[in-house]
Amino acid sequence: MRARRVILALTCCVWAATVQTACAQESIGQDNIGQDSTEKAIEKYRHMLSDDPWSNPGLLDVDRGESLWKTPAGPNKVSLETCDLGKGAGVVDGAFAELPRYFADADRVMDLETRLLWCMEKLQGFKHADLIKNPYPRGGQPTKDLGAIAVYIANKSSGMTFAAKLDKPKEKEAVALGHAIFFRRQGPHDFACAACHGESGKRIRLQGLPHLTKPALISSKAPRAEKSQLRG
Amino acid sequence: MRNLALVTAALVLVGPFAARAADKPAVDPAKVDAAVIAAFPTAPPEWHSRFVQDETMKECSLHENSPPKAVADAIQKRERARIEYPADGKLVGDWKEGEKLAQSGYGLRFTDYPPRRVNGGNCYACHQLTKAEVSYGTIGPSLLGYGKVRNFSEADTKAVYEKIYDAQAAYPCSNMPRFGANKVLTVDQIKDLVALVMSPESPVNK
Repeated sequence: MRARRVILALTCCVWAATVQTACAQESIGQDNIGQDSTEKAIEKYRHMLSDDPWSNPGLLDVDRGESLWKTPAGPNKVSLETCDLGKGAGVVDGAFAELPRYFADADRVMDLETRLLWCMEKLQGFKHADLIKNPYPRGGQPTKDLGAIAVYIANKSSGMTFAAKLDKPKEKEAVALGHAIFFRRQGPHDFACAACHGESGKRIRLQGLPHLTKPALISSKAPRAEKSQLRG
Repeated sequence: MRNLALVTAALVLVGPFAARAADKPAVDPAKVDAAVIAAFPTAPPEWHSRFVQDETMKECSLHENSPPKAVADAIQKRERARIEYPADGKLVGDWKEGEKLAQSGYGLRFTDYPPRRVNGGNCYACHQLTKAEVSYGTIGPSLLGYGKVRNFSEADTKAVYEKIYDAQAAYPCSNMPRFGANKVLTVDQIKDLVALVMSPESPVNK
């Protein structure tokens, strides 16, 4: 835990330094203030993270997730190592890159977290209702166990391209529903997923936004720029 | 309501699925509604109105924010009619208050109940506004020097008020929230934001 704090603090320093760089750049050429300098500074921060993989606090969750995956747990006292993520029982390499997919045993389409919950329920004997209680960490709290396991699995597809086939009837149905929900605007701010994730190269404040309708390389090593908290 | 006939006509002309290209997957809108409601099993009853789309939301969702001209015109006409102006006719408030609102993302989120502060506009989430604030988003255009390059004109001041009040009156299916029409911000708050963008004294124009 101590190591985690140190790494988090270091990451914050990197972030602060990057922002200061942006400030310095802004003050140099008053007439030349563009959005480019900020983008360059953020790019530098990303490089600092990728140049030294050990600087990324997300890896701590990868390790914790691996240990959770391999440790017997639940009323049945078994590990998740026989969980079938779609490529056969226990196969984790490249499994995330092919999710979501249709699982015949559940007769439904599942993404990684849904499948992990299924295995925790069916293999380890946990109760579904208990598993989905308070699913997200509160601000400043560590990633939940499910999140850590998911990050471990995702990291086993690091560098691969998303390649879910989605050609079975139930998969096609799920794609159609997801497509409509992605563009569905609602609520007091009129927002849909597409408002922020429908174009490349956009940011909220300093946070870069993935363009979610474009398949991308998988990198589970991308903590949010401003919070140093892992997002899968 | 008086635009209802026009919208209905547009709907009949376009048809609910006609806008979707053949390669786009079709899905029953009722199924989409049900899936969204099912995703929020713990939402209190007073939040259920959030799941209901108005005509403009429906059209923009269906056309994925690129409505055909007839639909765009109908949206624009309907949204324009919703804009309310300050009783005293003054559109420019206090830029300092506007800057605070531009910084604040507080309000109407699930964690903001019961309300502890006034709603913010969260402008910096999407727009560059001042040189001092380097943490700004890029979903919307940069507004740095917005008033200055328009010579602080009266027509542009009115246009800014209208865009903040109801962005879709200017740009149908804009990503920007309809702050006034959806009661996210009050008329006075919108005036303060107009001041931030259009006052010569504002850091936006320095």
